[in-house]
Amino acid sequence: MMQTQSTWLPRNLSHFWRRLRALTIKEFRQLIRDKSNLAIGIFLPIALILLFGYGLSLDIRNAPVAIVLEDGAPMARDVVAGLRGSDYIAPRYVTTMAEAEALMRGRQVDGIVRIPSDFSRQLAQGRGTVQLVVHGTDAATAASLRGYVSAAIDGWNKRRADSAGRVSAAPGVELVDRLWFNSANSSTWYLVPGLIVLIMTLVGGFLTSMVIAREWERGTMEALFVTPVRSLEILLAKIIPYFAVGMGGLTLCLVAARGLFHVPLHGSLWVLMVSSMLYLMVALSLGLLISAAARNQFLASQVAVIITFLPALMLSGFLFDLHNVPTGIQKVASILPATYYVELARMSFLAGDNLNLIVRDWTILIVQFAVLITGARLRTKKTLDR
Amino acid sequence: MTTTALTVDAKDVVKRFKGAVGGPALNGITLSIPKGQLTALVGPDGAGKTTLIRLIAGLMKPDSGSLYTLGIDVAAKPQEVQDLISYMPQRFGLYEDLSVMENLNLYADLHGVPMDERRERFDRMLSMTDMAAFTNRLAGNLSGGMKQKLGLACTLVRSPRLLLLDEPTVGVDPLSRRELWRIVQQLVEEEGLPVIVSTAYMDEAERCKHVIVMTEGQVLAQGTPDELCRPAKGRCFVAYPREGELARTLQARLIDDKRHVLDAVPESGAVRFIQAGGTEPRDLEGILLGARCEATPSRLEDGVMTLLRERATQDGHEDAVETKNSSVQLDTKDPIELIKVRDLVRQFGSFTAVASTSFSVRRGEIFGLLGPNGAGKTTTFRMLCGLLPATSGFLEVAGFNLRTARAPARARIGYVSQKFALYGNLSVTENLTFFGGAYGLGRQELYAQVERALDEFQLREKKDERSGELPGGFKQRLAMATALIHRPEILFLDEPTSGIDPLARRAFWRRITTLAAEGTTIIVTTHFMEEAEYCDRIVIQDAGRLLAIGTPHEVRSQASGAANMNEAFLEIIKKARESRQTGFNAVEA
Repeated sequence: MMQTQSTWLPRNLSHFWRRLRALTIKEFRQLIRDKSNLAIGIFLPIALILLFGYGLSLDIRNAPVAIVLEDGAPMARDVVAGLRGSDYIAPRYVTTMAEAEALMRGRQVDGIVRIPSDFSRQLAQGRGTVQLVVHGTDAATAASLRGYVSAAIDGWNKRRADSAGRVSAAPGVELVDRLWFNSANSSTWYLVPGLIVLIMTLVGGFLTSMVIAREWERGTMEALFVTPVRSLEILLAKIIPYFAVGMGGLTLCLVAARGLFHVPLHGSLWVLMVSSMLYLMVALSLGLLISAAARNQFLASQVAVIITFLPALMLSGFLFDLHNVPTGIQKVASILPATYYVELARMSFLAGDNLNLIVRDWTILIVQFAVLITGARLRTKKTLDR
Repeated sequence: MTTTALTVDAKDVVKRFKGAVGGPALNGITLSIPKGQLTALVGPDGAGKTTLIRLIAGLMKPDSGSLYTLGIDVAAKPQEVQDLISYMPQRFGLYEDLSVMENLNLYADLHGVPMDERRERFDRMLSMTDMAAFTNRLAGNLSGGMKQKLGLACTLVRSPRLLLLDEPTVGVDPLSRRELWRIVQQLVEEEGLPVIVSTAYMDEAERCKHVIVMTEGQVLAQGTPDELCRPAKGRCFVAYPREGELARTLQARLIDDKRHVLDAVPESGAVRFIQAGGTEPRDLEGILLGARCEATPSRLEDGVMTLLRERATQDGHEDAVETKNSSVQLDTKDPIELIKVRDLVRQFGSFTAVASTSFSVRRGEIFGLLGPNGAGKTTTFRMLCGLLPATSGFLEVAGFNLRTARAPARARIGYVSQKFALYGNLSVTENLTFFGGAYGLGRQELYAQVERALDEFQLREKKDERSGELPGGFKQRLAMATALIHRPEILFLDEPTSGIDPLARRAFWRRITTLAAEGTTIIVTTHFMEEAEYCDRIVIQDAGRLLAIGTPHEVRSQASGAANMNEAFLEIIKKARESRQTGFNAVEA
């Protein structure tokens, strides 16, 4: 390959700055005039913040539960009274299991709590059982529901033990844990840092995935190539405006996190900002690489969704805990830039700065950026040969 | 860096594309283009013109051979070449969401044109292109012709050492075409700028000092236009049809006799043709049927057609049109009016794209719509096809009023759009079957029609190939076959010959005249004014108004003293614009 260095790096720096400035102004103008870009860059983050902040919550509220009181004794009534008092469960009393099952099948209730007819008798013998049936189609709701119901029963056990003046066994640690978290709207706290990752990925990966492909499609690339412009200038001019949009999205998220949802920031702001900039650069260069390789806007946007947005949503630990996934998926997650940014963001918000973690994750992000931007540059050679 | 007297110096340049079927795109090009002259590249589609220009511009590297542009080894130092040249690709990369001025400024910045020089240069470019009034308009809102002019202006924001133009006038109307050439010639004269231009128009090549004829990746011939006329010398004739015979009927008979006639085109009511070598007058008696025949001096187009046809005969592949029906002659006085248009108006907001237009088209007529970019042709066209409702007026197609019965009218028409509008990843047969089904053909009928189309349009050899990967000529035949799959009474063709080489255009028009002879009504738009001679009647539109209607002869005589349709067209448009005396702006309708 006879490609000389001069194609990439201009010898005269004043020319470099002049051309970079001209291209950057052009990109900004196009960005502002293209309404779909603005929609993705500004309105989508706002919509996501409101949607995730208020709409999506992993906690349950007023979940309908059928309560089958087969045993009419006061003791049995007392047990279920504990369920009624909570915000999480909206009880519906029925008298037979068949009725409850019908409700369940019609998805009118999410679970059934059954007090069997021999409950008080068995309880008197020291081992009363309460049956809990949970609708399993929604795993998250099912798990939460199980938690609330057993917590309520445990609570009743405890009260009864106290009133009986006997020392009872300590309640299950996991239950206490769950209750403790639910004392605040904790899943919002947990989700907002992940949300920032999602928005940065959208702006960085998805928006930029189109910009080079668009130049190929509209034939502007060919015209640009036969000017003194260098490929590095074309790439930089594309990174700068979208970097600004990404930082704008980050600011929106931070304001929302502190102002609307009162998410605490335990770490320092500057660590969060640097982490965000690093991640944004990685996402931008990945988007540019996709765009340069695909040379077709439709293909580029599909690829970007599949290899940046979806993994950031599913595999970065944003929604699903990575400790519980198979090793294969853990390996995939470990090469995703989003995984490290989720880790850094959660650290900043919820845990506070941890130097070892910062050094490790920053290094990984910097290496990823260097690899990706080099790839994008190699893919944007000034030639029409493929 | 070496200094030579050559603008381009190529030796045995070969360029092959990965995965491409057939021979290499460039197959041993050896060329030397001297400094300071206007050079034209002509030849059929796929001859390798664009590839050669891209290699000269350093956008691709040759697989073998050496290529020097302005004395620089362009494969080794593409950037050095690109710092010196200006290049306008076929589809020039204007940023449609930037204004005229912003586009100019961007390219000036990229080329490093200093501010003081820039003002003078911009003034000159804007006045040359007549765009001084539109500097704030977004490039995307300009008409096709204005976009090309802006593209040229952006290419010329600085004085290059070499200007490369790749088919700058494709899809551009005669008016804008003339203006583009005026600009180029002015630059050649004033700045001594060397220009290499590829073109499908022979009258453009005729203006150049040096013409290079390419075919199948090779240089077939080169020389001055005069030198290239020679192959056809003494073989060009004009035949005048007998009373009551259409020029295109005589033309069809002539062009069908491939053994004795190399080329025939209708021109000014007569037929111009080139005899094959060794043809005796009596060989043509059976075709001319007593039509008066005169010798005429050969032109560049005749020379090039002769070269290309003789080469194609040697290679033994020709795009021969199935002409079994050429003897069928329909009575052109058929009184049935298939299309009736009265006081048709279409407005977009406050902008009137089509103003009070009336005409009618008879069964079996070839009816041409001519006009500059933005004249309202496409809008008229879309209303006739029922794709766009009229603002007011009466519109009847195949007996159906388009206001009340759009669907039944659509079943009677076929439409070939300007761009390739078929499914690129479906095969030829799949496309035909799909569109046949969409038009509601029953299974047996559909099968029969697909088989017929494969034969009639010579698509059988490629019937299982993906449509998107077909060569240009096949794509166009497939588009026509698809539009005709349901045997419509009326066929609409929107600029069917834009960017198509002369050989393929002859074959295309031979098909159209056959269809018309069989009774299909044809409505066609074109930017090649000489093609209007194939039409029974034409209209000329400008700024939404109908300026002329009639047979080609009637329209020519409306512009007194016009030798051919191109001149008549320019004259009629000029007169109409002068009489209006308003600042015309060509907004694409």
